[in-house]
Amino acid sequence: MEVRVEKLEKRFGRVAALAGVTHTFPKGALTAVVGPSGCGKTTLLRVLAGFVRPDQGRVWMDGRDVTDFPPQARDCALVFQNYALWPHMTVFDNVAFGLRLRRLPSHEVRDRVREALALVELDRVPGIESRRPRELSGGQQQRVALARAIAVRPRLLLLDEPLSNLDAKVRHRVRVEIRALQRRTGITTVYVTHDQEEALSIADVLVVMEGGRVVQAGRPEDVYARPRDPFVAEFLGSTNVLPGTVAEGGRIQPRERGRLLFRAEDVALLPAGSPPPAGAVWTPGEVVDCLFLGAVYRAYVRVGDTMVMADGREPVRPGQVLLAVPKSRVMDFSGDEAGADLIESAAAGEDRRTRTRTRT
Amino acid sequence: MSVAGRSLLAVTLRAALGTLVLVVILGPLLSLVVWSLAERWHWPAPFPQQLGLKYWLRMLQGDPLRALTRGVTIATITTVLALVAALPVSYLAARRRLPAGAAVLTLFVLPQAFPQLPVFASATVLFYRWNLAGTVPGVVLIHLVGGLVYAVWTLTAAFRAVGPELEEAALNLGASATRTFFRIALPLALPGVAASAILVFLHSLDEFNGTLLVGAPYVTTLPVYMYTASLGYELQIASVTALILMAPGVVLLLLLERFLRAEYLAFFGHL
Repeated sequence: MEVRVEKLEKRFGRVAALAGVTHTFPKGALTAVVGPSGCGKTTLLRVLAGFVRPDQGRVWMDGRDVTDFPPQARDCALVFQNYALWPHMTVFDNVAFGLRLRRLPSHEVRDRVREALALVELDRVPGIESRRPRELSGGQQQRVALARAIAVRPRLLLLDEPLSNLDAKVRHRVRVEIRALQRRTGITTVYVTHDQEEALSIADVLVVMEGGRVVQAGRPEDVYARPRDPFVAEFLGSTNVLPGTVAEGGRIQPRERGRLLFRAEDVALLPAGSPPPAGAVWTPGEVVDCLFLGAVYRAYVRVGDTMVMADGREPVRPGQVLLAVPKSRVMDFSGDEAGADLIESAAAGEDRRTRTRTRT
Repeated sequence: MSVAGRSLLAVTLRAALGTLVLVVILGPLLSLVVWSLAERWHWPAPFPQQLGLKYWLRMLQGDPLRALTRGVTIATITTVLALVAALPVSYLAARRRLPAGAAVLTLFVLPQAFPQLPVFASATVLFYRWNLAGTVPGVVLIHLVGGLVYAVWTLTAAFRAVGPELEEAALNLGASATRTFFRIALPLALPGVAASAILVFLHSLDEFNGTLLVGAPYVTTLPVYMYTASLGYELQIASVTALILMAPGVVLLLLLERFLRAEYLAFFGHL
């Protein structure tokens, strides 16, 4: 179903978790809501589920105003971050809970529990139905939680950081499965995560939130390629922030004002003294280190006081280089007010990139 | 000092400590056992002149048995009432949905904060006015003063240990608040319910001050009986009573150990 939220506001004490969120979640699509912790994404999800009542604004589901509806009347199913499986019930009873509430005859309950377990590929685990949640692995618990949610055939599926408690290998596999499951069932899905890579890979529609607001929404490819503001540019991908402006001939002038943002994969490193390529911005720099990340080599290049990341297929030796970025790949936010505090948050930005690095 | 010497010292110290513990704990118990079996024991003989089961047999008929069954009845009623009253209060307090929850919880420890005798004495005066003195309901009410403290605090801790998202998951799938309570919160808090039932039951069974003040002379439980017996220098009867009174305590405390989790106790007094 189509879900629309309008001007949602919610404060917890002095913290504004939602500061005016307006967005339409398209029917049948998987929308990933991504942002740093505290950006309001989980509050938004809990508003949709009916656990949090917004201070302001409305929630519409298929044109019906459900803002004041209790959680029971929302026709949505939520998968919790820690799964919230009931430890005193078997897997079967966990999945059957919602079906029995709907007073389905017991044979139908049984059929639909089996069907749900099959959808999450747990049907081949022998004796799974009579096991207790604590006897299952993290990945299996995750699937049971998913099965419990889809068994009631909700018209809206809400996922709150569903993969954050799984180790990397299982996470990648379950991510693909959730995607496939959503495609097969066509349930309108809202997927909340802090992991930009996860969000980019799984989403039909990507919504980037920060400070209780939606900063950008669109197809993942579009948002990645054309971030609307420095925050989005920095948050998605391995993004460099270099203070400075572009002078005549494409040379980068280090300056206090002005910032150039570009991604590590768009940086080319040429031998020092080579002629700068046409249509590129460039600057001399010094390679201080080069790490092998598996798929790519990542060189760390000192430019002035800034460390710039450059990804390439070949390892780079430490020493002087010419750093060049195609002009079209430089994300320009000059004259953008929001960008002014970005320099100050350079440290925070470095932090975020560190996380990105460890994830790739 | 050599290693062997040091370990010898350690063994000696440990043995001494063990003996001390045995003497301090088991010594009085042993003397209770000896006294309960002594049919004749005149000073200055170090051991009883005649041992026998006379007092144990006397215990099994008449007054002491009546005191025991009466005490168990009162403890059962107290436990049921305390749990029924405490369940909703504790649940709402644990979910922070109780108006002025902290104040209510404090109210439940307040009787423990004052010396008990004055509290019970003034209660007794009131009970006389309301014709509750010397009745089972009066004794139950006095036992509830302490019983509710155990019940409310243990249950609040037990409900707080049940993750709120477990209940949200049920609400989300369409369960009503009542059903969520009975299907999710209550079953998961059951160890805590059992623990609090045991605590309240034991409290009532062993309660003495209030029972004596409010119940005497018409309602006699085992502790009161033991007290009157030892006043009459019937040390054998008092010893038998003490041993019998210990039995449910030991059994239930062993059970309690299974149900009571550290977090329940750690919560005591926290708001």
